[in-house]
Amino acid sequence: MNGSQRRTHASRTWRGYALPGTAWLAAFFAVPFYSVAAIAFGSIDPIFRNARPAWNPLSWNFGTFGDVLGDVINGPLRDVFVRTVLFVVVALVLCLVIGYPIAYHLARLRGRTKTLILLLIVLPFWVSYLMRMLAWVNLLQRDGLGMRLTAWFGVEHNWLDGSPTTVILGLVYGYVPFLILPLYATLERLDWRLVDAARDLGASPRQAFWRVTLPLSRTGVAAGLMLVALPMLGDYYTNDILSRSPRTEMIGNQIDFFLNAGTQPQRGAVLVLMLSFVLACLAWWYVRDNARQRVAR
Amino acid sequence: MTAYRSRALSGFTWLYVVWSLLPVLIAVLFSFNAGRSRSVWQGFSLRWWTGDPNASLFRDESLRMTTVNSLVLAIVTVVVTLPLGTLLAIGLQRWRGHGAGSSSALVSAPLVTPELVLGAALLLVFTNLYGAIPLGRPAQMIGHITLNLSAVVVTVRARLFTIGSSYEEAARDLGASRREAIRLVLVPLLRPAIVAAGVIVFATSIDDFIVSSFLSSGAASETVPVRIYGAVRGASSPALNALATLLVVFSFLGLLLGGVSMWWLRRRDGERVTLRQFLDEVTQADA
Repeated sequence: MNGSQRRTHASRTWRGYALPGTAWLAAFFAVPFYSVAAIAFGSIDPIFRNARPAWNPLSWNFGTFGDVLGDVINGPLRDVFVRTVLFVVVALVLCLVIGYPIAYHLARLRGRTKTLILLLIVLPFWVSYLMRMLAWVNLLQRDGLGMRLTAWFGVEHNWLDGSPTTVILGLVYGYVPFLILPLYATLERLDWRLVDAARDLGASPRQAFWRVTLPLSRTGVAAGLMLVALPMLGDYYTNDILSRSPRTEMIGNQIDFFLNAGTQPQRGAVLVLMLSFVLACLAWWYVRDNARQRVAR
Repeated sequence: MTAYRSRALSGFTWLYVVWSLLPVLIAVLFSFNAGRSRSVWQGFSLRWWTGDPNASLFRDESLRMTTVNSLVLAIVTVVVTLPLGTLLAIGLQRWRGHGAGSSSALVSAPLVTPELVLGAALLLVFTNLYGAIPLGRPAQMIGHITLNLSAVVVTVRARLFTIGSSYEEAARDLGASRREAIRLVLVPLLRPAIVAAGVIVFATSIDDFIVSSFLSSGAASETVPVRIYGAVRGASSPALNALATLLVVFSFLGLLLGGVSMWWLRRRDGERVTLRQFLDEVTQADA
């Protein structure tokens, strides 16, 4: 065998290794994704009212898409979209305000304390999300401990039936560990000598933080926010468990309603496409920002 | 560097730890409540675990079936994703040429797809195109494998990167074939990453709600998280807390099993593994 033959042979071996997994993802990720489009742009059976997918893009029909888009821009779905974005943005800000100091503290700690705190912060990862929400339902029920505690402080609030505060805090509680870890990983790798240098050159601790530490941890902040924003935008069960009221409904609840309840799969498919579009924009921004940061360094 | 110390941040971190864990501990505690309430303490008992002949966790037929469903799903997912994902990671790292780019894009896409979108897409494809695969356990298995495959690839690929190619080249120079070099040299070096990936996949699968719920076909394929979701706002007994506690126990058993096997693997190679290293391995893969 000469060199180039050997190389083709090797390449074929590696392709063989990658093939089963790639085929799996093509069949159970790419094709399903395409079928969402085929159903969104398909038609509805006039008698049975079920979806008739259009597999050929040339015969796509954009009627339902237009209807839903109209509802989003100037109809009943507008509030749902605005509310989703509002809830997610507020929850992201709170996650960052809570998560950054903790990740920072953890990155600067050494020794046994560090291991202990890292362990305690990782623990929620191994507790089911549903369990963590169940815990809050128990606390906030009419005779729950948390409810009695807040009443004792003079706050009488019906936490569990359509309170936006509860839903936002539920999202924060659920997702903040996912933001702390990537942020910690970035801060852990940060070159603290640069911060010391800034201090030696006369910066106050505050200036050193805002002008050195924070800019250096930007990639971690972006990664953490991204990791948390994606599931939050597609969340519906936090809302369902903690509120169950149309007053706090998010886009995920609409998708769940149209698809899981089986009422109007076509509208559900259109909403999935719209949500995916928003997420793709986010991901694109993130990747570009990341690349630019890397060039800048 | 001066020694770091901050009272304010330390206090804040401890406050966070208490806030994040105390509600769960209280929920666990209430699974041992003697009364029917999930919020008023009426004394300690094992009534909702084993005591009550009909409504306790270990005696209620439907609760037991739900638990079995969750376990089967998680174990099958681990058994399928680990080899599939490891091969894919090795292949993708070396495969240059036509198709390699699209294959690695296909691996990255699920990482930035929320479960809701994946669940919805799979539901639509199973009901409209793949009619041969019924909703329920078969569809849920496929869903869970798809959900976790990319995570295995990412974890294994990170390890491949740090291993480099020198060990394998040495094996090849000493006369091993390409396959032998992989089987005898590379795979043993990859084991810690494969174990870490297994722990993560098991926990993700057993805790998964969205994909299981979208692809379930009713009571027969109900998993523990789906059951909790359905019952949490109703007037259910502390047996629900016991069920949720059991889920946490399973996750921790998976973690423990992973930790022990990693410790054992490393010890066999004459290395010691600390808690910190294990935590780093598991959390880095998570991020």
